[in-house]
Amino acid sequence: MRELELLIIGSGPAGLCAAISAASSGAKVLILERSFQPGGQLIKQTHMFFGSERQYASHRGVDIADILLRRAAEFGDRIELMLNATAVGFYEDNVVTVLKDEKEYFKIKAKSIICATGAFEKSLAFPNNDLPGIYGAGAVQTLMNVYGVRPGNRVLMVGAGNIGVIVSYQLMQAGIQVAAVLDAAPRIGAYLVHASKLARMGVPILCSHTIKEAIGTDCLEAAVVCRVDQRFRPIPGTERRFDVDVMCVSVGLSPLNELLAMRGAAMRYVPQLSGTVPLRTVDCETSIPGIYVAGDASGIEEASSAMAEGYLAGLCAAAGLGHVPEDYGARRQEYLGQLEDLRSGPVGDRIRAGMKLSAL
Amino acid sequence: MRITQHPILNFDRGKELHFTFNGQPMTGYEGETVAAALHAAGVKVLAKSLNLHRPRGFYCAIGNCASCQMIVDGAPNVRTCITLLREGMRVETQEGKGKIK
Ligand SMILES: Cc1cc2nc3c(=O)[nH]c(=O)nc-3n(C[C@H](O)[C@H](O)[C@H](O)COP(=O)(O)OP(=O)(O)OC[C@H]3O[C@@H](n4cnc5c(N)ncnc54)[C@H](O)[C@@H]3O)c2cc1C
Ligand code: FES
Repeated sequence: MRELELLIIGSGPAGLCAAISAASSGAKVLILERSFQPGGQLIKQTHMFFGSERQYASHRGVDIADILLRRAAEFGDRIELMLNATAVGFYEDNVVTVLKDEKEYFKIKAKSIICATGAFEKSLAFPNNDLPGIYGAGAVQTLMNVYGVRPGNRVLMVGAGNIGVIVSYQLMQAGIQVAAVLDAAPRIGAYLVHASKLARMGVPILCSHTIKEAIGTDCLEAAVVCRVDQRFRPIPGTERRFDVDVMCVSVGLSPLNELLAMRGAAMRYVPQLSGTVPLRTVDCETSIPGIYVAGDASGIEEASSAMAEGYLAGLCAAAGLGHVPEDYGARRQEYLGQLEDLRSGPVGDRIRAGMKLSAL
Repeated sequence: MRITQHPILNFDRGKELHFTFNGQPMTGYEGETVAAALHAAGVKVLAKSLNLHRPRGFYCAIGNCASCQMIVDGAPNVRTCITLLREGMRVETQEGKGKIK
């Protein structure tokens, strides 16, 4: 069994920043990534990011992934990245079991572990929701932006939050028709810049609407939508049919952190953070000393906060292992300050409430 | 089903690769996943569900949901959305749980 200092699970913005931060303090790091490509959600994002300069705002997501990977590479063998390697188990003695290349299975033991596994896309319950042609919006984004493959010809987007609206726009950039975007809420959840781009291109955004059923035998052929009342109940007689071969479900993400629950970290359902999350200190340490969480796995936010949390978790995990840099205090304050800025103002209300409920 | 023109992205497709899907010859490109190559060839049904045998396509495309599991070179339960295509691969629709040899 391989034994090491610091193991990071996931190579999205949180995992990469954690690795950079820990390695710059002198720790030796192994990153496990289940995909054959590092970068997490960033690799499929072709739009300019919001946020501040420190988190590379106004760069495209794909370019941010490149910047972080280049920085990680500067540390040479202090950061090892293992691809096609899924962490499938996490046990009391800090042993993590790994499935490599879908066939090899082995154990790794680490003194300290940072879980930066990101999130998964939620689904919705409606008849025939399992038909091929119905995909998560992020999946469609991967298919078209990473592989250059069209998901189909005509798409119905369910969910008018940022992801739904951005992916709709990207579908149109790839030459795919968007029949409509719907949302059960009475107002559009996405930033207006993104939503108005769609409106200008003539895509109807139907608020107070939901998906009633999908139609098709082997694959999706059509979808029926209807209006909902103020209490989100379908209004009979308002059904409309769209002939579409693709439906994207974009109704939010949930933190992906079952590994921490398996290890026995204290968890709590916190709706403000979009699901069950580990309790943690301000330094991202869970209820188990030496086990940290960062990024979407600790609650759904954005790439900017995932990076700041990653830097903080990496710094503190390395310090816990005895790698305390001279500027430890200043760096810690800097990352805590970045997180406070990102979560300030009315947009941050929900997240701040969620942080209180998940604080240790 | 392949995108050829795009305002932001350039798709440098790698070498052409040959593989089979349920015995039928297919082509894809180096650097793409099995699920992406199949989708580009118009194949959306990758598996059948365990009990009701309903068609299954991919759902998450990041290795998280198991909806895309197929038999690859004889091995069942391979997540084809995160498995890169290789020359000569044998890909088959998976029915049920699959057998471990
Ligand atoms: C369409 C869209 C638009 C967005 N726009 C913006 C924006 O404009 N600005 C912004 O700040 N944010 C944006 N975001 C959000 C941002 O992408 C995420 O918040 C961010 O990527 C989270 O980073 P992360 O590192 O926590 O997780 P991820 O990026 O999801 O990375 C997690 C990594 O862990 C790996 N992994 C998971 N489980 C395992 C396991 N068991 N073993 C090994 N590896 C594992 C995954 O494969 C993945 O690579 C957007 C997201 C989407 C989908
Ligand atoms: S589509 Fe979800 S695991 Fe492949």
